Amino acid sequence: MNFTTPPYLIQDVSVQRIMLQVLAALLPGIAVYVWLLGPIVLLQIAIATIACVLAEAGMLKLLNKPLALFLGDGSAIVTAWLIALAFPPLSPWWLIVVGALFAIVVAKHLYGGLGQNPFNPAMIAFAVCIVSFPALMSQWPPVDLPGGFAEHLALVMGTAPRLDAMSGATPLDALKTALKLAEGTQAVPNILADARTFGHFAGRGWEWVGVAYLLGGLWLWQRRIISWHAPFAFLAGIGVLSGALWVVNPAGFASPIFHLFSGGAMLGAFFIVTDPVSGCTTPRGKLIFGFGAGALAYVIRVFGGYPDGVAFAVLLLNICVPLIDLYTQPPIFGMKNK
Amino acid sequence: MLQQLFSFKGGVKPDTNKAPSVQAPIGTAPLPRLLVVPLHQSIGGMPNPLVEAGDRVLKGQLIGSADQWLSSAVHAPTSGTVRAIEERVAAHPSGLPTLSVVIEPDGQDQWIERQPLDYQALEPERVREVLRDAGVVGLGGAVFPSHAKLSAAKAVAMEELVINGAECEPYMTCDDLLMRERADDIVRGSGIFRDLLQPKRVLIGIEDNKPEAAAAMKAAVERLGENFEVITVPTRYPAGGAKQLIRVLTGKEVPASKRSPEMGVQCFNVATAYTAWRAIAHGEPVLSRIVTLTGNVEQARNWDVLLGTPLRDFVALGQARPDTNGYLMGGPMMGFEMPGLDAPIIKATNCIIASSARLFPPPAPEMPCIRCGACAEACPHELQPFEMYWFARARNFGKTQEYNIFDCIECGCCSYVCPSHIPLVQYFRFAKSEIWSREREKAMADAAKARFELRNEREEREKAEKAERLAKAAAAKAAAKKPEPADNATPASATSGVDAPVDADPAAAKKAAIAAAMERARQQRESVQPKNTDGLSIAQRKEIAEIEARRAPLQARQTALDTENTEPQRTKSNDQ
Ligand code: SF4
Ligand code: SF4
Repeated sequence: MNFTTPPYLIQDVSVQRIMLQVLAALLPGIAVYVWLLGPIVLLQIAIATIACVLAEAGMLKLLNKPLALFLGDGSAIVTAWLIALAFPPLSPWWLIVVGALFAIVVAKHLYGGLGQNPFNPAMIAFAVCIVSFPALMSQWPPVDLPGGFAEHLALVMGTAPRLDAMSGATPLDALKTALKLAEGTQAVPNILADARTFGHFAGRGWEWVGVAYLLGGLWLWQRRIISWHAPFAFLAGIGVLSGALWVVNPAGFASPIFHLFSGGAMLGAFFIVTDPVSGCTTPRGKLIFGFGAGALAYVIRVFGGYPDGVAFAVLLLNICVPLIDLYTQPPIFGMKNK
Repeated sequence: MLQQLFSFKGGVKPDTNKAPSVQAPIGTAPLPRLLVVPLHQSIGGMPNPLVEAGDRVLKGQLIGSADQWLSSAVHAPTSGTVRAIEERVAAHPSGLPTLSVVIEPDGQDQWIERQPLDYQALEPERVREVLRDAGVVGLGGAVFPSHAKLSAAKAVAMEELVINGAECEPYMTCDDLLMRERADDIVRGSGIFRDLLQPKRVLIGIEDNKPEAAAAMKAAVERLGENFEVITVPTRYPAGGAKQLIRVLTGKEVPASKRSPEMGVQCFNVATAYTAWRAIAHGEPVLSRIVTLTGNVEQARNWDVLLGTPLRDFVALGQARPDTNGYLMGGPMMGFEMPGLDAPIIKATNCIIASSARLFPPPAPEMPCIRCGACAEACPHELQPFEMYWFARARNFGKTQEYNIFDCIECGCCSYVCPSHIPLVQYFRFAKSEIWSREREKAMADAAKARFELRNEREEREKAEKAERLAKAAAAKAAAKKPEPADNATPASATSGVDAPVDADPAAAKKAAIAAAMERARQQRESVQPKNTDGLSIAQRKEIAEIEARRAPLQARQTALDTENTEPQRTKSNDQ
């Protein structure tokens, strides 16, 4: 007899189905990205996917776990896509592969595999690479990228020299650099007025990628794949901090809108801090986790040495998860007055 | 009157699949060739058998008497001949045998003399006894003896009496049909409960997917001139759990550590109210119950079935389809697979579902927990199932208790939503039974230790007594000798020598004396342990001694089952 324990009814859900929906929610963002930079984005996603899936298969085999079952869950593909979208789009292929290997082999399987990893694998990949290859990880092309797919491919494959024209900076970085160069003579609004770099509200082109991630994230929330707590708190963390500084000194700091739609803010809010495995599980814990990560990301991106702070902020908060969970256990049925 | 409803957290909404079994009215199941009536059909003590093989019994005759206050009587469901009193497979997931009375019906269905009572003329205590002796227990599935629930808490006024007609388990419709067809008697039975408990309000809760039942109940309440409130509640499993329904109707949350009367509320199932009325006003003990037969059958329907009817005879009424691979007792959320076709219908049997791979596909392989929190969101008791799972798996049972595993009612909501297909409830049951067996072992070890210490003390006491005796003898000897020496020399050496042992350790002697007194008291207590064999004829005593002996090896197991069943938080979907 194949069943012996209740409940005999099981909802039609699976890890695989959750992962597929997360991938689907990334599609709008990817579409805008491709529209901005061309098919090279898809190539990077493909490279990351192949690297992650092969690494996953190798580890499963090594650890003697059922291959089909675990490869089928799709979690490695989600990690792959997040790596491809978090890394600079013209990164050399091996950079992505190094990131993928680190994410799957070290961050995931050495910690026990699916469900066991205390750190977000994609963020580990990002952190390891930006520490090891800071120059490569900071080269973000302008959105009116010169050259066609062939040139981009040559760059990614390392068969052509990396040109300055191809390596710009993110709007966040551009703002930081401009502020530094101006040495206080230029106010932030004047710098941001340059629509060629800074677009309508948060970096030309990039702002629409952010909007697309937001839409995908809202869809996940509507599908009840993610709860609102962590994304809301994460965006609130960025928004409150940037808002406060902006109100006090609008000449020295960019507006919350700029920060919310730049860099990894939206991707982080809906696809990184929502990772169930490495995040908090209690509702209050998710709020603390999200807010902490958002605030920290803002501090690192504005005052720190890196162009963006999402990865480090999330990893730091990952460390705190067991503690936060322990102290935010909700009261149980019948025990609310104690 | 607009009733403010409250809501409980969590819960799930599986397909209810109730439609097939409500098409036809309640049918009366035919008399089977043999009835197998287990003696133990309720929570609490095992009833004592009152008949032996060869006896002729009448319909409604007591065949097992309540063994103590928390126990409930069992009766012959029809007239016929007792063929045997023996171990038969139980309607329990373990399928272990249980002492049962096997009756061959004579087809005459001849009643004992029934004694209708006017309960209002009776002492409340007497009403409770009548209910106990009529075998009235919670028919929602928990089979808790009803009379034991009919006393208000001393310090708390009874505010609400909740009558549970929610019936939240999918597939199950026995309460629905009972309410549709026999609403008057349910309302009258609720009246008995009301008079015993004296609550301020009586609330009848029915899920909003049973409009016919709600209408019938409303009409009955009006017809009988009662002021009960019939309230429809949103359909969401497990809205019919006693604690959930109490929460929805009254806003009160009864924690696992409390009994509901301590919070001024009590809850009974509609079928229980019905049987209470039949027992009091018609003198009919609980001999049959309404059982839904549904699932993978050609003819889904509710049947009035005699208790003890073997599953084989019962399921024949539904014509199971060829791909049927088993039968579930109870609903698909909290039920279990019947151990075989020989197992009988009992008081706890509210529903039999023929299962097939199509209806209940085998579960997908278990994956690791991804901490998605879906289970915590679905848990009506607001627990953190994945944390309990984690620690149960690691056999860290202390931690599972810190995460309140004993507040888990095993409703199955967590397993239902888990994307990793983890059989969470199974882990929780495992953890609970491990904790119980450890506690039992500890209790046994403590008892052994106490015995050991007692023996040590007795030995010490005996030593001290011996020393005392010797000393006295020596003293007497010395005293006898004393006058002999004519000189006035103080017999210092002699007296000090003999007195010393006596005075040296008065504390030890005292301690020993206390220990001895305690031991005597214990022995006394044991000897006056109530024996229900008192006042019986020698032949009867001998017979019962034999049965006791036969039962003894089972007792350990029975205790295990009892603990499982009486565990305070255990509530079946529809409760009592
Ligand atoms: S629903 Fe399953 S996978 Fe999700 S947290 Fe609970 S046990 Fe883990
Ligand atoms: S079975 Fe227990 S842990 Fe799971 S949802 Fe029900 S009460 Fe909560």
